[in-house]
Amino acid sequence: MIKNILNLGDAALYCDFGQEVNKEINSNVIKYFKNLRDKNIEEIINITPSYNKLIISFDLSKTNFNNIKKIVENIDINDLTKVEYNTIEIPVCCDSSFSLDIKRVSKKLKFTEDQILDRFFNKEYFCYMTGFIAGMPFLGDLDKNMRLERLETPRVKVPRGSVGITEQFTNIYSFESPGGWNIIGNTPLEIFDTAKEDRPNLINPGDKIIFKQITIEEYKNFHVK
Amino acid sequence: MSNNYFEINRAGINTTFQDKGRNNLYHLGIPFSGAMDNRNYILSNKLVGNNLNSPVIEFAYQGPSLKYFGDTIHFSITGDVNFKLKKGNNEIDGNCYETYSLNNEDEIDIISTNRSVYGYFSVGGDFELNYQWNSCSINTKSNIGANNGKKLNMGQRINLKKINENQLKKKILYTNNKIENIRVLKGTNFNYFSEKAKKIFFENEYIVSKLSDRMGMRLEGPKINNMVDTNIKSEGLLKGVIQVPADGNPIIMLSDHGTIGGYPKIAVVVSADYDKVVQLPPGAKIKFKEINLQDAETLFKLYEMETQNLVSQI
Repeated sequence: MIKNILNLGDAALYCDFGQEVNKEINSNVIKYFKNLRDKNIEEIINITPSYNKLIISFDLSKTNFNNIKKIVENIDINDLTKVEYNTIEIPVCCDSSFSLDIKRVSKKLKFTEDQILDRFFNKEYFCYMTGFIAGMPFLGDLDKNMRLERLETPRVKVPRGSVGITEQFTNIYSFESPGGWNIIGNTPLEIFDTAKEDRPNLINPGDKIIFKQITIEEYKNFHVK
Repeated sequence: MSNNYFEINRAGINTTFQDKGRNNLYHLGIPFSGAMDNRNYILSNKLVGNNLNSPVIEFAYQGPSLKYFGDTIHFSITGDVNFKLKKGNNEIDGNCYETYSLNNEDEIDIISTNRSVYGYFSVGGDFELNYQWNSCSINTKSNIGANNGKKLNMGQRINLKKINENQLKKKILYTNNKIENIRVLKGTNFNYFSEKAKKIFFENEYIVSKLSDRMGMRLEGPKINNMVDTNIKSEGLLKGVIQVPADGNPIIMLSDHGTIGGYPKIAVVVSADYDKVVQLPPGAKIKFKEINLQDAETLFKLYEMETQNLVSQI
């Protein structure tokens, strides 16, 4: 559970759940997040769950660090809500026009392109968190043989819909954005929908994701629909 | 179609609608946004008799040039801004923190900000705007907010849906003080940096680089050496957080910052100094000064009292 609570500036709590990244620690972070959300505390401005940290920012004109710290310390672990998670299939096309870094990945990992895709598709990934840009999911864990560093020089523009891998993680660029992940494909799905104010993110922390490979024709038809 | 509107003859730089921003969305990746300089935002609304959290037009360095069509309306500009008001053949230099009335076919040319970045243009009434998550604030990176989440453009029309009744002429005297010493609290990765690096961070001057926008402010100066790791496992960010990437140049996160990031956090700007930090233009020299949490909380109370005082003078 929470190992340590520090202040991050004068208007936020930094709750530290440890150094490792795994589902168990992350699930605890998400439970705390949902519990605090359910409490609807007016002074709290934002709660950001990540792999192993929870950052809670508050309105300094209404409260302070010590008050919010007490609220968090008094959360009863047994009281934490059971949360429902979704399993979502994500179609991904790995046509050469999309898989911008497949050659680099193939060289670094010493796998053929087919072997890489074999190891990537039809497996269950876990959503640790969403963010950086609106809706971007951070998913894991990749097969142990599939892990590599990010690009030495990040791209200025990664196309919207790109599916990237780095270290034990895989993500989807919900918008065109700068980024340094190794791009192996692209999804036609809308990952973030501004029109859906109640649930703009297709993927949320705790959800399970399965990538399914599609052909370039299926990709194009997807857009026609 | 609205009968009262502005025509944009020149859009200016980074001209957007902003209000108080949107909260409780970081977990989805949606930044807070909102007016960068909160005090000047509030004052611009108070001057024209609006609710203090009404939408205004924010611009950076150079504002828009606008022509007005419609019934008489008041406007005000806050910040440190040069602007001209044209009424027929008559042209006057405008003063910030003062309301002026606009009649049909009058023009406003917001020429530039003086050794500062952001200025605010408010009107006594309501703009016709789309709201997303209870805010019209435009975030151009994720295309969220009014105007389809995009900057305002030349040739566009800005419609008004309401003009306030009983518009009164208002004025206050206020000078935006420049900041040189930015007060900070230690960041959560403070100990990633060597004693020498920490000394460098607090004892040297940093220069605001041109690579600064609503997302962040990059600084140039002596490099800060990391001795533990140049990356951390990605975690939440906040405005005011100072991250140090592998190149050793600090970046201050500002209102449109990405919601999570993976660089070590050396320090965090105190809330009381945030409005002044965002106004630092490229080339400005700054120094960081460490204070403790209690002092930061007290400084914020003082900042709020000062803002309240100004508001009550209007």
